[in-house]
Amino acid sequence: MKRVAIVGAGPAGIAAADLLVGRAGISVTLIDEGQQPGGQIFRQPHPGLATDMKRLLGAGHARLERFRALCSNVLPQLDYRPRTLVWNVFGGELMTLGERGVDSLSYDALLIATGATDRVLPVEGWTMPGVYTLGGAQILLKEQGCLIGRQVVFCGASPLLYLAALQYHRAGGAVAAVLDTTPIAAKVKAIPRLLALPGVLKDGLSYMAALRLAGVPIVGGVTLDAFVGEGRAAEVRYRAGGQAHAVACDAVAYGFGLRPEMQLAELADCALRYDSFRRQWYPDHDGDGRCGHGVYVAGDVAQMGGAEAAGHSGRLAALSILADFGLEAPASPEPDRAALARQLTFQDGLGHAFAWPAAHVAGLADEVMLCRCEGVSVGEVRRGLRSDGGPQEANRAKAATRCGMGRCQGRFCGSALAELVAAETGADGVARPLDRLRAQPPIKPLPISAVAGEPLA
Amino acid sequence: MDEGAQFHRVFPLTGADCDVWVDGRRLKARRGQSLLSLLLEHGGRVRTHERTGEPRAGFCLMGACQDCWVWLSPTQRGRACTTPVEPGMRCFTRSPEAEVLP
Repeated sequence: MKRVAIVGAGPAGIAAADLLVGRAGISVTLIDEGQQPGGQIFRQPHPGLATDMKRLLGAGHARLERFRALCSNVLPQLDYRPRTLVWNVFGGELMTLGERGVDSLSYDALLIATGATDRVLPVEGWTMPGVYTLGGAQILLKEQGCLIGRQVVFCGASPLLYLAALQYHRAGGAVAAVLDTTPIAAKVKAIPRLLALPGVLKDGLSYMAALRLAGVPIVGGVTLDAFVGEGRAAEVRYRAGGQAHAVACDAVAYGFGLRPEMQLAELADCALRYDSFRRQWYPDHDGDGRCGHGVYVAGDVAQMGGAEAAGHSGRLAALSILADFGLEAPASPEPDRAALARQLTFQDGLGHAFAWPAAHVAGLADEVMLCRCEGVSVGEVRRGLRSDGGPQEANRAKAATRCGMGRCQGRFCGSALAELVAAETGADGVARPLDRLRAQPPIKPLPISAVAGEPLA
Repeated sequence: MDEGAQFHRVFPLTGADCDVWVDGRRLKARRGQSLLSLLLEHGGRVRTHERTGEPRAGFCLMGACQDCWVWLSPTQRGRACTTPVEPGMRCFTRSPEAEVLP
């Protein structure tokens, strides 16, 4: 009997599980941090919450229903461990902390489908109450039935800007403005790639149209200057067309795309690949999810693609696992490869239409907070990098300044730190890749009793 | 400054009522909500940052940034955003130890 361990019950993990369950000679364990399957994209309301998901998701509701149907078929056929954190992987064994306490799990194949979180950059005032990530604002609504505020500014560079803003509008919130940092010209240039999925492009344009119809101001090509308020967000200051502007609000949702949650892949010794267009690192794989030595990746952790792409890449990884075990494949990989390729062409277009503002960090004032966990400012890190004999690399800068050493372990300052180091050391992030903070176990904070192996009280 | 709730409920909770104590103050909660939604439906901050003293109220809302860190017992801390409320739950937004020290 071969044991496959899948980490993550989002669209990639569930699609992979669907191809693996019920096969002779294979047992599947699915470990997930969430209370319910779905990951971030298919986050579902907590039991005890009457959310009108149909009204909220509109046309997207059918996809959620399909996912739910798949889950109710697949989950009873495997060992499902929700609310469980995999905090380390070492020597072919996962270390977990869940409702049953501390545990470990050995595997013959490990599929890492840990998804992504919001990629953010510091903006003056970003640590203030009322300022949240774009994905977080959406999850609060879907899972908890709450809005982050009554009058919300959505800003940054992400297709989620328009979808999240529209969901807030549908749920009865006021959208104060959508401030998009990518100029409209870049969006026009992205159209040929976006036409890889004309239906999805049409959906995206319809979100913008619906927001305009609702009277929501949409401004493109802005520079975000500051989130301002007395102890909570009350105003967003920005520049557009050479003019300074301000918009009043009581909450801000912002983000600049997604970053892979690849700590486990790194700890499992996967080789990493640098994407010089997105200016970030991903686990390297053969296109079908193979990283080597029994480790596989699928979904947004493997390549930025969204829910549909995650499903295809989950299926491809499952087919790779079966092939590597010498078992008969239930399907050809070709249709999933072709579908994934279309999704990735589209995502490439999105990457141009919602561009990572690499120059933003170099323009930040010294006083702006860089590391929100440890309270380290941009200036403290800059001075460290400029000092005689000071650090010239992100991990050294972390050791010297504590930037990235806090509880989030660099998830929310790591991209900015890498850009700051590049700006100060003259790296362009293309010919010379950006630095990357190394992953360290435990990948999220846990009680010392977990490490000591004591059962939790 | 801090008055008024940050979060605004738009979909009703249908779970059973329960009492949760936050810094010794009793709050009415409903099963199904997260500790963070309870805290921010009743106020505008979760905690004060240890080093800078500035107010914080969570950030990523998906269990990754650890900004909504609270004490769930005198010896255990956790994220309010991924912690569902439980009847009789006690949480502290400051170190419970700090309350008894001179």
